[in-house]
Amino acid sequence: MTINTSRRGFLKSAAAAGAVLVVGVRPDGALAASGSRSMLTPFVQIGSDGSVTAIVKHFEMGQGPSTGLTTLIAEEMGLTMDQIGYDFAPSDPQVYNNTLFGPMQGTGGSTAMANSFLQYRQAGAAAREMLLQAAAQAWGTEASALSLQDGVISGAGNSAPLGEFVEAAAQFDAPADPPLKDPSEFRLIGNPDVRRLDGAAKGNGSAMFAMDIVRPNQMIAMIARPEQQRATAISVDASGAADIKGFIDAQILPNAAGVAVFAETTWAAMQARDAISVEWDTTNAETRSSSDIEAEIRAALDAEPTYNVNEADMDAVRAAVDGAETVIEETFYFPLLAHAPMEPLNCTIEETAEGVILLHDGCQFPTIPHGAIAEFFGLPFDKVQIKTVLAGGSFGRRATPQADYQMEAAMAFSLTDRSRPVHLVWSREDDLRSGQYRPAMGHKVRVGLDTSGAIVGWEHRIAGQSILKGTPFEAMLVQNGIDFASVEGTFDSPYQIPSASFGLTDTPKATSTLWWRAVGHTHTAYVMEVMMDMAARAAGIDPVEFRLAYLTGDEADQTRKAGVLKLVAEKANWGNPPEGRSQGIAVHKSFNSYVAEVVEISGTPEDGIKIEKVTCAVDCGIAVNPDIIKAQMEGGIGYGIGHNMRDQITLTNGVVDQFNFPDYEPLRISDIGEIEVHIVPSAEAPTGVGEPGTPPAAPALANAIAAASDLRIASLPMDDNGVFFA
Amino acid sequence: MAISLKLNGKDQTVEAEPGTPLLWVIRDELKMTGTKFGCGVASCGACTVHLNGEPVRSCQTYIEDAEGAEITTIEAMGDHKIGAAVQQAWIELDVVQCGYCQSGQIMSAVGLLTENPKPSAQEIDDYMWGNACRCATYQRIRAGIQRASEILEA
Ligand code: FES
Ligand code: FES
Repeated sequence: MTINTSRRGFLKSAAAAGAVLVVGVRPDGALAASGSRSMLTPFVQIGSDGSVTAIVKHFEMGQGPSTGLTTLIAEEMGLTMDQIGYDFAPSDPQVYNNTLFGPMQGTGGSTAMANSFLQYRQAGAAAREMLLQAAAQAWGTEASALSLQDGVISGAGNSAPLGEFVEAAAQFDAPADPPLKDPSEFRLIGNPDVRRLDGAAKGNGSAMFAMDIVRPNQMIAMIARPEQQRATAISVDASGAADIKGFIDAQILPNAAGVAVFAETTWAAMQARDAISVEWDTTNAETRSSSDIEAEIRAALDAEPTYNVNEADMDAVRAAVDGAETVIEETFYFPLLAHAPMEPLNCTIEETAEGVILLHDGCQFPTIPHGAIAEFFGLPFDKVQIKTVLAGGSFGRRATPQADYQMEAAMAFSLTDRSRPVHLVWSREDDLRSGQYRPAMGHKVRVGLDTSGAIVGWEHRIAGQSILKGTPFEAMLVQNGIDFASVEGTFDSPYQIPSASFGLTDTPKATSTLWWRAVGHTHTAYVMEVMMDMAARAAGIDPVEFRLAYLTGDEADQTRKAGVLKLVAEKANWGNPPEGRSQGIAVHKSFNSYVAEVVEISGTPEDGIKIEKVTCAVDCGIAVNPDIIKAQMEGGIGYGIGHNMRDQITLTNGVVDQFNFPDYEPLRISDIGEIEVHIVPSAEAPTGVGEPGTPPAAPALANAIAAASDLRIASLPMDDNGVFFA
Repeated sequence: MAISLKLNGKDQTVEAEPGTPLLWVIRDELKMTGTKFGCGVASCGACTVHLNGEPVRSCQTYIEDAEGAEITTIEAMGDHKIGAAVQQAWIELDVVQCGYCQSGQIMSAVGLLTENPKPSAQEIDDYMWGNACRCATYQRIRAGIQRASEILEA
């Protein structure tokens, strides 16, 4: 806690009087520096009192960029982690953009470190060079004779804290190409003892999540929603809520998608929402049931695919499979899944005295609500600002292409006289029933093996609901009609499979679809790795040896994937589980990282399966913060296993059947034993860690269950297949 | 109606209708935001506080039932012997990810260590079952409780 207080002190003093040096990166990638706080887009800000603040362009949902990006600045400036604080960047798609996304500020696709690694180091290095230059001038020596360590510049017989040179350094131009530290000099990058910067505040109740924002004189708004998507509100009768203390008003949203219920407190809003009555027009409402969705997908799998994803000769592949000695065939089905981040969605909107619309939010893609709100209010882009605060999880949910909850807040706010801030709050029921889900998907795969057990053909069909079609991301990520998010992890797998075809058919959507931690890999990894396991067993070859036979190439894709597979097999003592236990393995590349996992279980499907241990090996390039990487693997594994064990969203005549956690049961502490994570040492550029732990977890569990019982689970969730989890 | 509460050792009077969950009095009336809303139906544990030293789900505790009781929230854990040990262990092991469930996890962990100073892994699982963590920080929670137990023993 003391650490936290002193950090707060740093931030506050950085904003106080005294000279300042700010270093940033311009939209064209050039470094820029200034001695003025009015440079609004710094990456690092240094005060003459010695305070250093990293400006973090990615939002924090627990995945660690506030610590990670701050570490990069501290490393290049020779600081210790308690000599630096951080602040979240304002919304600015030109300067704080994700360099892998173009002119858009956003956190997603596990790219925060990958796109920031050089950028933040360059900003830190530029600041260091400028401070050294200023000290050299003051001491009449060469900058090359000086060094900056632990906040102190020393050399040539002098020594002084860096704050003394801030004012002079701010007079220089930023160096064009400051030297970066050699990895051999790293003290913080790769150091397993670097702790999270947000750890203390999140343990003592002082961390401010979006839900904790209380603006003076704010109102709470909740939205009464129709049972079925696309129903619209015709009229509202709020008389039932008249006696609820704190109830203010209920009005139909401008788009009629719901009714905004305003109240002084959250509890009053919740009660009032239950007490009002709304008449809905259901003419265009969704009426399909999950059974209809599943039937559509299964029918599509039995027909010729619409798209030939890898431009294969489909007839030749089919002939190769048909002519094989052994054919293994399986049809898979994956249900809708909700993200259910721990903090229900919410944000606060207000108008400042300057006529700026200000949104307090912890969202993944600030540029999207920023633009949507500006358009809605008819304001220029710079008359909308977003203040980023902590998010209590997201897993993709706080990144809708429609800015769904932020636009609800904007619409609700537009119904008021704008004199009071409006805090839009969702309940857990709103969250689970909101209609933004990992799409339902199906796969049908036929694999042919020759007499030696080698694969001679792999015919693979995918059918399901596109995530990206009809969104602003379509232009970038849908090519020749193929939604990359439906097929990633199949046709582009590092496995060198001879004679393979991948076909795709889109099926209609009954709900909105949204990326969910690891996106397409959530189903493609399951299918690839369960099929590999089935093929290995049919061939009578050890599942690790069998996979390695398709990873013999000397490209990084094969060597790195084979590397994690061998490492996890060694660490998990593959093939020699303790008495009474069974093992399953899976390996998958996603977001440019390679992850292999072994799940060890005890018990049987009938008597109850217990997940005793998960061993994981990850190759994500340079491990900037090894402990956060381990935590992300642990969390990703839990997320993958928990949902696939027993969760699904189902619809009956268009109405979601689930309400709250009791019928969308989260993974519990008793569900999962020890998780052991091993990181492959690497000098490659850092790649994703937030998502890649998730894809291999469920297939590794499925393969362990198959090893224990011969039960092959092809339709998720697992407990729909007569599996009981102890 | 006016209700007198003893919150974190301080006497307070709040205006609240009977039937109002303690959670919303703490958050909306007293503006203490460390206690979290996750489900509202006693199935996630994010709202856990202590009532006379025992963990309860404040989303399902009516304000009238809390009248006169000693209510303790996460904000007071730094001054609580077991609470401080748990917080220290949480930092040492970097238990938190998004952090939103962690106030509740810590309040439950303190409840467990109060009644069982040296819990086994199985005892931890049994006691902590109702505290969901969507980030799945479970093995660090387990290790954190055992580390706190060591700190308290030392
Ligand atoms: S909010 Fe009380 S248990 Fe979930
Ligand atoms: S740390 Fe995110 S829900 Fe527990």
